[in-house]
Amino acid sequence: MSDTFDWKKYLIVLLITMGLFFTAIYLSNYFGNQKINQLKSIQDKISIDILSSETQFSLLSELSCKNISNSIYSPELGELGSKLEWSQKNLGSTDEVAYLQKYYSLLQIKDYLLAKQISVRCGIKSAFILYFYTTAANCSMCEQESLVLSTLRTEYPELRVYSFDYSTELSAVKSMLQIYKIKDTALPAMVIDDEVLTGFQSVEGLETRIKDSFKLQSAANPTPAVKTPAGNTKKQ
Amino acid sequence: MTSIGTIILDIFIFLSVYVQVFFFVTFLENRNKIITRKGKIELKFYSPVTIAVPCWNEETTIHNTIQSLLSMNYPKDKLKIFLIDDGSTDNTLSIINKFTSYPNIKIFHKENGGKFTALNLGLKNLETDFFGCLDADSFADPESLVRIMSYFEKDPGLMAVVPSVIVHNSKNFVQGAQKAEYYMGVYFKKMLSFLGAIDVTPGPLTVFRKKVFDDLGGYRLGHNTEDMEIAYRMQQHRYKIEHCNDAYVYTNTPKTIPKLYRQRLRWIFGFINNTIDYRGVLFKKKYGNFSVFTLPVRIASVTAVFYLFVRIVYNFSSFVYSKIIMYEAVGFHPGVKNFVFDPFFINIQTFFFLVILTYTLIFFSMIFGRRMAEGKWGLSMDMLYYFPIFSLVAPFWLMQAMYNTIINRKPAWR
Repeated sequence: MSDTFDWKKYLIVLLITMGLFFTAIYLSNYFGNQKINQLKSIQDKISIDILSSETQFSLLSELSCKNISNSIYSPELGELGSKLEWSQKNLGSTDEVAYLQKYYSLLQIKDYLLAKQISVRCGIKSAFILYFYTTAANCSMCEQESLVLSTLRTEYPELRVYSFDYSTELSAVKSMLQIYKIKDTALPAMVIDDEVLTGFQSVEGLETRIKDSFKLQSAANPTPAVKTPAGNTKKQ
Repeated sequence: MTSIGTIILDIFIFLSVYVQVFFFVTFLENRNKIITRKGKIELKFYSPVTIAVPCWNEETTIHNTIQSLLSMNYPKDKLKIFLIDDGSTDNTLSIINKFTSYPNIKIFHKENGGKFTALNLGLKNLETDFFGCLDADSFADPESLVRIMSYFEKDPGLMAVVPSVIVHNSKNFVQGAQKAEYYMGVYFKKMLSFLGAIDVTPGPLTVFRKKVFDDLGGYRLGHNTEDMEIAYRMQQHRYKIEHCNDAYVYTNTPKTIPKLYRQRLRWIFGFINNTIDYRGVLFKKKYGNFSVFTLPVRIASVTAVFYLFVRIVYNFSSFVYSKIIMYEAVGFHPGVKNFVFDPFFINIQTFFFLVILTYTLIFFSMIFGRRMAEGKWGLSMDMLYYFPIFSLVAPFWLMQAMYNTIINRKPAWR
């Protein structure tokens, strides 16, 4: 028969296919790195924002609260949060993503401290929730709680949610866990007005607490509230 | 599911890229040999040929099928036509009886016994060196036979020649999708022909040398796909089969999804069971590319479709599950979510490029197949129908064929 069996062809096609595979892997890594770079630049912008807010806040002792600009909160924090979450899922837990995650946690803590100070000093209507979760399997309650929190955030723009992965290897996060005595057996856990709540919290239950938090604030600080921009934080 | 599942998926993607590249390399190697003749050709010697038309309840199409044979550009005294009525219960017999006056037409009537028995009756009465079959739902182009015979004239070692089967008169999107599939079939058949690895000698106008049946015996039931079984048997004995790309045969295709389903169930069932019967030829160098390429590729594609389907069902159910969790957690709180498009969230993973590459090559095979079939370049709407119809329905006929194989049930013809 003329069509004798030709091993060489099978081999050549294998080489071409492998070449195509490696090209595809290379391209995919290239775009993955671009995304990481994009995340880095957002983080840089946020850290500048926070630094600038801190400076602005120091200046505030000499100025009145009227001068607080909307830019005092970093709107990119929420965007960064969702992009990081996506990257964790789709780019895999690489060292770079883990590093960015740590940095993000730190930025959240800084933002929390600053926002809290501003809120107290200038009586800006706001409520804060520190949310601790784990990405480990079998925490279906964490998934549900995240959904509850993102629902509440869309309903109450003044609510600022800061979410922290329990296993983040960062001393600042570790100290927060110590301060609030949060254990990995009792996740999800939340801190609202210095009170620690563990286990699943329903939308309604949290809603009452948020409203209480607003009331507490206006009782402590009778000055008229300044409207703040929507405080978006990481959706987790 | 995730890690092992991803590895299996990667293997299937690798294989499908490999197969498409293999076809494309074959195309590049042989592109100058693909000749599409226009107009009439003449042979040095017109060998006598018998074309058998087995029919079982074909009253709607049989007349045109016979007419297409009568208007064939082939000397009338060299072309014998056997009309074999396989126990039809409709008007088929009275229609074919109108052709008794033609000297080159012979009419047979027998009890219903299945297509292979009708063909064997034809073989029993065969007096010519060439034998072909034309399904009663198909019409041959006037130039098809002479072009097929020109292949035999060039190559005395050639044992069978298959034509290009094209969809006749497609009226809806189900037939449109099949039209695109048949274009692709023309391309793949030509490539398999270059590889010496054709696995089906289709009912519409494949012509064999009589020697094939003298040496290997007549048609067998072949799990209701006798045209596949004979091709497997020929490959097992290394009998050469080629594809004559410019011999066109137009076939009627199922109009509705249930009819298409039944047809494909029969084909896939036939494929699975003939492959099981001929498993001895798998991965043996002496049986050539048929054994190392065609059969493994077909087996892999059946497995892949099955696997992908399971994966899609799994993904879909976990999506539904996550929605249930969400409902449990927050109830119906649609919330105000701004869906702002951000290119960041486009998932550019490795398989993204490979899937695009595979689809590009599949489109190429359809476009080039169309050029071989119709002489036209370009995309058609039918090519877009192909993907949804075949990817949604094919897993079901595949699974049913597997199931039927396991419980040993044979599918009906129609």
